[in-house]
Amino acid sequence: MRYTRRNMGLTGAMLVIAGPAFAASSPSDPLNSVMWDMLRDQYFAGAPVVFDSAVKVIAPAAAEDTRAVPLSVDATALGRVVEMVAIADLNPFPLVLRYHPGNAAPYIATRIKIQQATAVRGAARTADGVWHVSGVLVDAAGGGCSAPPASYAQKDWADHVGEVQARLWPAGEDGVARLRLRIRHPNDTGLVDGIPAYFVETLQVDAQTPGGSPTLARIDSLEPVSENPVYSLDVRLPPDATALILRGRDNQGGEIRATIPMPPPGAKPAMSLRPADQRWSVGQ
Amino acid sequence: MRRTPLRRLMLSALLAAGVMAGGAVQAAGPLTYDLKPTQIAPDTYVFEGSTKHFTRANGGNILNSGFIVTADGVIVIQTGPSRRYGEEMRAAIRKVTEKPIRKVFISNLHPDYWLGSQAFADVAIAALPGTIAGIQEEGNGIAENMYRLVGDWMRGTEVTLPTEPVYGSTVKFGDHRLRLIPLTGHTAADLMILDESTGALFAGGVVFCDRTPTTPHATVADWLKELDAVDALDIRLLVPNHGHIRPDKACVAQTRDWLTWLDGTLRDAVESGLDMAEALELPIPERFQVLDVLREEYRRSVAHLWPKIEQASLPRIN
Repeated sequence: MRYTRRNMGLTGAMLVIAGPAFAASSPSDPLNSVMWDMLRDQYFAGAPVVFDSAVKVIAPAAAEDTRAVPLSVDATALGRVVEMVAIADLNPFPLVLRYHPGNAAPYIATRIKIQQATAVRGAARTADGVWHVSGVLVDAAGGGCSAPPASYAQKDWADHVGEVQARLWPAGEDGVARLRLRIRHPNDTGLVDGIPAYFVETLQVDAQTPGGSPTLARIDSLEPVSENPVYSLDVRLPPDATALILRGRDNQGGEIRATIPMPPPGAKPAMSLRPADQRWSVGQ
Repeated sequence: MRRTPLRRLMLSALLAAGVMAGGAVQAAGPLTYDLKPTQIAPDTYVFEGSTKHFTRANGGNILNSGFIVTADGVIVIQTGPSRRYGEEMRAAIRKVTEKPIRKVFISNLHPDYWLGSQAFADVAIAALPGTIAGIQEEGNGIAENMYRLVGDWMRGTEVTLPTEPVYGSTVKFGDHRLRLIPLTGHTAADLMILDESTGALFAGGVVFCDRTPTTPHATVADWLKELDAVDALDIRLLVPNHGHIRPDKACVAQTRDWLTWLDGTLRDAVESGLDMAEALELPIPERFQVLDVLREEYRRSVAHLWPKIEQASLPRIN
């Protein structure tokens, strides 16, 4: 009973914060980004927003390569998450990706371009509609978004677009299997004069099973994701899965398709840096 | 105009305040590296820098540049991170000897080795062909990044290319026989200079001492071979570009230990499914705590080394 009341109190507080009439009392951005108010209205319009360190965002304090800054967003501590986003506030395109984890763990990692020193955020929407936002500041030299892709320097780059490298690790004690993908693609922002935007827009991981091919997770990927995008996801494999199918499309209609084999017998689950008490299971 | 005593008093008070303010401005003073040479061997001097990263406080003075006074003129090794550093270095050398600068050697393309070369534009500046090519290709970007990192210390600094390609050889200046040793690993072109007459080795970026090694242009497997090459040399003093000067090769082992751990750890992490972002947070063994700027430099190395290791580890599936 005490637990329920505390939960209700918390929900009430969130609603007060989020109601449009109380916009002025919206929690102030711990990262003090000048873009926050605008980005909040643009990406979380009307939804309750809380800053919540339960969402763990990892990115380096200083970007060594502004075209490939590692970023991971881990919302497993929140339990069930419906949708996740990553945002780089001061990028010409702030929205990096939207992740629909389905019943995968609410964890996604990739590498992104950043145009200048900026707040980098991860947000997770729980089933009650609340966006839980967290983030870090990344210092950087300029230009990650407006630099031409390195692959254009190779004469045969177009022959390799859509090539996929991938590896699946067996599920560990927490029931999730680490999946890593690398896709050959310029992932061009279109900011270089005369070169149109050319980037992977959608990716979907399905399981191949005797009874059909359920979708395990979906990513809406955008301009700031690095050239030759790399993703790490933690998916839940149906027990009768024989393979995973990756399907995707870029903004010029190019198709991406690959079959990801199951891990070989005897393979070990991926290492996890998460504390042991931070496990997440369906229905929690 | 007739001045009342009161007015006169006010005027002097104002003047006094003005003088004091002027004094304060002077005390803050123009930026200076305050370079003081330390003699480490006969005729051989080093300007010892900090073991930190480039900051606005240190102006990029994180290196051990040096010079050797020979009967044939002064040999300068590395010119520092900025025009100001090069100029102060030259002035400090002038206080030690009136001999002219005979030649400048640059050990690799990283910013603190050569951005002070403007101050030596009237003499021959020697470097390996790979270093010259690297500065030609990346020099402007390197200089721009230094302006961002250390700011006003860089004022007036422009890319000055080395003028003379050198190769593996032994060259004699007065009584000093200098062995020029070209290697590959820390960068694509690393020049070590061994003064055979004093036994002092200017190791450039090949050896770091109590300072975390930097890897932006590194090939770790080759770098380990470079360290074997240093082990095979008969030396009395090792001058790393970054860190402490020692009469032994302890820091060769320290650099090897770090590189071996770093490379092995990243390979294991890739293999065990960890993501690059997660690898930024991996624990670093206690024994490396003696290395300055440890976590920061480790994270830079993850950025430099991880993508290639990862790419090689992932099978192609379509």
